[in-house]
Amino acid sequence: MAAIQINLISGRTIQQGVAMESGKEKPAYRDACGILELDDAEFKRLGIFKNTNVRVSSEFGTVVVKAIGATQGPHPGLGWIPMGPWANALVDPNTYSTGMPTFKGTPVTVDVAENETVLDAIALITEECL
Amino acid sequence: MTDYLIKNGFVFDPVQGINGDKVDVAIKDGKIVDAGDVTNPTIIDATGMTVMAAAVDIHAHVAGPKVNMGRNFRPEDKLFNCTAGSGMKRMEGGFSVPTVLRTAYLYARMGFGFSMEAAMPPLYARHTHEEIRDTPIIDQGALPVFGNNWFVLEYLKENEIENTAAYIAWLLNQTKGFGVKCVNPGGTESWGWGLNCETVDDVVPYFDVTPRQIVSGLIEANEYLGLPHCMHVHGNSLGEPGNYGITLDTLKIAEGVKPQNDFGREVVLHNTHLQFHCYGGESYASKSFESKSKEVVNYINSVDNISYDLGVVTLDETTTMTADGPFEHHLSHMNNLKWANTDVELETGSGIVPFIYNPKTFIAGAQWAIGLECGLFIKDPMRAYITTDAPNAGPLCRYPRVYKWLMSAKARDDMLDNTLKYGDKIRERCYIGELDREISLYELAMMTRAGPAKTLGLSHMFGSLKPGLEGDVAVYPYNPETDTDDPEKIEYAFGNAAYLIKGGKLIVKEGEIVDMGNKRTFWVNAKVNENPMVERDISEKFRRYYTVTQNNYTVEGPHFVPNPYVIEVDATK
Amino acid sequence: MAKIVTDVVCPFCGTLCDDLEVALSDDGKEILEVYNACAIGATKFLHSQASDRLTRPQKKQEDGSWKEVTYDEAADYTAKMLVDAKKPLMYGWSSTSCSAQGVGAEIGEEVGACMDNTATVCHGSTLIAVQDVGVPSATLGEIANRADRVVFWGCNPAHAHPRHMSRYSIFPRGFFTGKGSKSRQMIVVDPRNTDTAKMADVHLQLEQGHDYELLSAIRVAIRGEKLPDVVAGISKEQIYEVADTLKSGRFAVIFFGMGVTHSLGKNHNIDIAISVTRDLNDYTKAAIVPMRGHYNVTGSGQVWGWQFGFPFCLDLTRGFARYNPGDSSSNDLLVRDELDAVFVLGSDPGAHFPVRSVKKIAQLPSVCIDPHITPTSAVSKMHVPVAFVGVEVGGCAYRMDNVPIETKKVVEPPEGMLTDEEFLQLVLNRVRELKGAA
Repeated sequence: MAAIQINLISGRTIQQGVAMESGKEKPAYRDACGILELDDAEFKRLGIFKNTNVRVSSEFGTVVVKAIGATQGPHPGLGWIPMGPWANALVDPNTYSTGMPTFKGTPVTVDVAENETVLDAIALITEECL
Repeated sequence: MTDYLIKNGFVFDPVQGINGDKVDVAIKDGKIVDAGDVTNPTIIDATGMTVMAAAVDIHAHVAGPKVNMGRNFRPEDKLFNCTAGSGMKRMEGGFSVPTVLRTAYLYARMGFGFSMEAAMPPLYARHTHEEIRDTPIIDQGALPVFGNNWFVLEYLKENEIENTAAYIAWLLNQTKGFGVKCVNPGGTESWGWGLNCETVDDVVPYFDVTPRQIVSGLIEANEYLGLPHCMHVHGNSLGEPGNYGITLDTLKIAEGVKPQNDFGREVVLHNTHLQFHCYGGESYASKSFESKSKEVVNYINSVDNISYDLGVVTLDETTTMTADGPFEHHLSHMNNLKWANTDVELETGSGIVPFIYNPKTFIAGAQWAIGLECGLFIKDPMRAYITTDAPNAGPLCRYPRVYKWLMSAKARDDMLDNTLKYGDKIRERCYIGELDREISLYELAMMTRAGPAKTLGLSHMFGSLKPGLEGDVAVYPYNPETDTDDPEKIEYAFGNAAYLIKGGKLIVKEGEIVDMGNKRTFWVNAKVNENPMVERDISEKFRRYYTVTQNNYTVEGPHFVPNPYVIEVDATK
Repeated sequence: MAKIVTDVVCPFCGTLCDDLEVALSDDGKEILEVYNACAIGATKFLHSQASDRLTRPQKKQEDGSWKEVTYDEAADYTAKMLVDAKKPLMYGWSSTSCSAQGVGAEIGEEVGACMDNTATVCHGSTLIAVQDVGVPSATLGEIANRADRVVFWGCNPAHAHPRHMSRYSIFPRGFFTGKGSKSRQMIVVDPRNTDTAKMADVHLQLEQGHDYELLSAIRVAIRGEKLPDVVAGISKEQIYEVADTLKSGRFAVIFFGMGVTHSLGKNHNIDIAISVTRDLNDYTKAAIVPMRGHYNVTGSGQVWGWQFGFPFCLDLTRGFARYNPGDSSSNDLLVRDELDAVFVLGSDPGAHFPVRSVKKIAQLPSVCIDPHITPTSAVSKMHVPVAFVGVEVGGCAYRMDNVPIETKKVVEPPEGMLTDEEFLQLVLNRVRELKGAA
């Protein structure tokens, strides 16, 4: 299976905000934030259909999310995971003495993980931390 | 409540004409009483010390949004001066913009009982009150700014004094404000477009009104209401060479206006930080710049309805902050340091720039001289008050140093001869060299207590040791008979009060802060006749142009003003 | 007939809308409907009444299950944890009122804590930049009434601050902007074609992480100097055009967000954005405003400012306040293993810190004070649910432009629930008892 390299950024979406306020333990939060938005061109490179689960890996971690079509694109070369524990499993924690982790611009590898599941927030954090 | 009897001190109380006599001062139930009226008092032995009513600060920037911006954007102002809490005291930090705790402790150690926050943007009134609430010990009030407020501009264009007064009354009530401050009239509104009003006759863009109309109208509205304090102005073109003419133009607006109030206030206009408004010449260069303090103070000496404070430059690295937005922008271009600015919708603006008054430069030395001259040319010290416009001309903690300079020609000469690089040039371009006057302790009590209390309309509470007034007394370790040999003793004593009693509570005991007192927030509730037009204008402006609703504008509730002292004024007749 | 509460303040984002109306049931106990709010704000009010809401503190058992405890027990546990720790972190402080922040500051001072707020992962870069170069700014009403050039740089208000454009920046018909959006030129700078960008007159779709270069190029263009053909993926013609648009306005404003604060360059990206604004003031009037996230992260910086002199990254462990981002910042402290306890209130680092930091929290004694179940509460040893500020208790909050607004109490919290201020007061009292006994 193909694997592609992209530049990962994250941030707020209104769905993320609504889902967060409805309860981060709920599946809706996972559905809003456990996703990776990619341009059509990236799907072609990956050789998969939209709405397929993928594994995203960086120097700092790995997480399974569902790849969906870019809602606010196109954004060539960029992948987007809304802010939340899924994105934060991957981002560069280095602050370079500013206190601010490098949340945006993490080089990641995406490959297909059709048979793996996207964990909800609590399960994800529990699995990673406890 | 404990009674106190302060014995054997040298007492200075100009209100009662006590000039260094050894008089006992008694406090019972929080008030000054006759010495015979206390039973079993705690005795404070003030032998060899100076006793005065607690000091009253008429103008300092110690609480509110721009002060806090000054703190937050200057971590370097806290370098090497943050201290741990001890006893009752919490952590402190900051030099030119101290934290609220340090502000309170500083005031207490300098023997102050009351401080007026000099500029409160109405939309940010909650912030100012939150800081005042967290500043223990001293009583405080805050002056909302009116000189660039759209309501005021619109009413005064048509010279509608009654409407202006009704609006002022409404705003004081909404913001829990004390009086009428006017900063760079018209200029800060012009700054909304990057412009300024440089003279009293420059027209404010769109609003088509002049600073002259604003100042005149605000004075009239202030007297119409009969507020305790008079109109408190920071005029146009602050800090500009040659601005003294504009200052005289501003002062002359008050000509012939009589004070109308029930508080014993005798002036109708207070010109703050006069030092910044007394410049001659055309540039800051020593061949052009000159002092015009004599000309300005002579004018004030010739009338009886104007007071001022000095704004003495203390030659420190400090943080300037004012509602005069265009001035701070101008200043940032002079020193190229960081510049913060906030324009406030419909009301005002502000700017903040760090500034180094370097004694090695001619101009800083000249400014230092002019500030002192403003204090030395005054004929009636009841109308000239000692400030540093803290922190603009110098930090709050430098008040005692300013007293030293005013009280000792030797200390001034020492500065001119040894500290200032251009001492001779400064003698030449300023009046400092011809002044050998030394402010006496009696005059100091006028300039730091009796005078400011009277002009704030608070002489029935503060500024004197007359029976019936608040039990606010400061005792300084200064012996007026034997300590006159060394001016440094003045600076030490007035920065290290041996005792401070505030509202009848012992706050400073043998130089240590031992009580956080019973802090009050003063505000003025002015009643006016119902004014449907102004009410309609207010609701209209909130509906269309403010970004908060009218109901969410009002400052209310115990967490903003937990211990209010409300002065009622009735202007319905 | 439902009871309507007006002038309700929304406790979600830094836009701090204060015109919400909430419809209550006749007995005033139930929120039926929220008017004027965005989808997120409305959800916050409605979800506060969820039937599965946690109403009592719970402590994690050895086996990982949760056991209900009383607020007193929770306060005792929290106080002991903080007093016993040599270097506890007290983090969050953004989704709560200023009075709660004030009590928290006293606890932090008593126990010698490191204190940090969500700016540390949000606009901390901005706070540092402001310390370097200042910030020419204005209230949001100034912008509504005057601004005719509006830039959104690395921010996406359509999603993150949903009512910002309608209340303040693009659509309002202000005093000098009577034609609303027609009075304004809107410029969006974002590497994605965001929903905000789709509304713009000009969208500069720059290469991600090249904000500094582009801002620098705009400074060059404002001064009329020469540019290379392409900067950060944007042609020089477009850069000159944008510079001209900005200079020719009567009042320009730059709003910026995480796109610049989170990308490499961090505070330097903001430095130069502020410098662009400074430069523009030589030609016209210009202001710059950070799009602050949490509804009261700004207030937390203000409270600490007047109490300690610094807006975030406070280290009180030596008895006096120190400030040194990179050293005294939460993520650095966590990753370097310097902490021995973590206290979280009014934020969710479990969801919003890099996972490496969250792992450290999970290993330490920890207390999470939050109305919701969150990834933070999941990894904490004690979870203390409290009343929702702005829904069940009022209190002061500072908008993104530092304007303080008092949030309202709309309904009662579930019976027996404490507010965060009340709980903090319990902790403070207990801390003082413990320290007095020591």
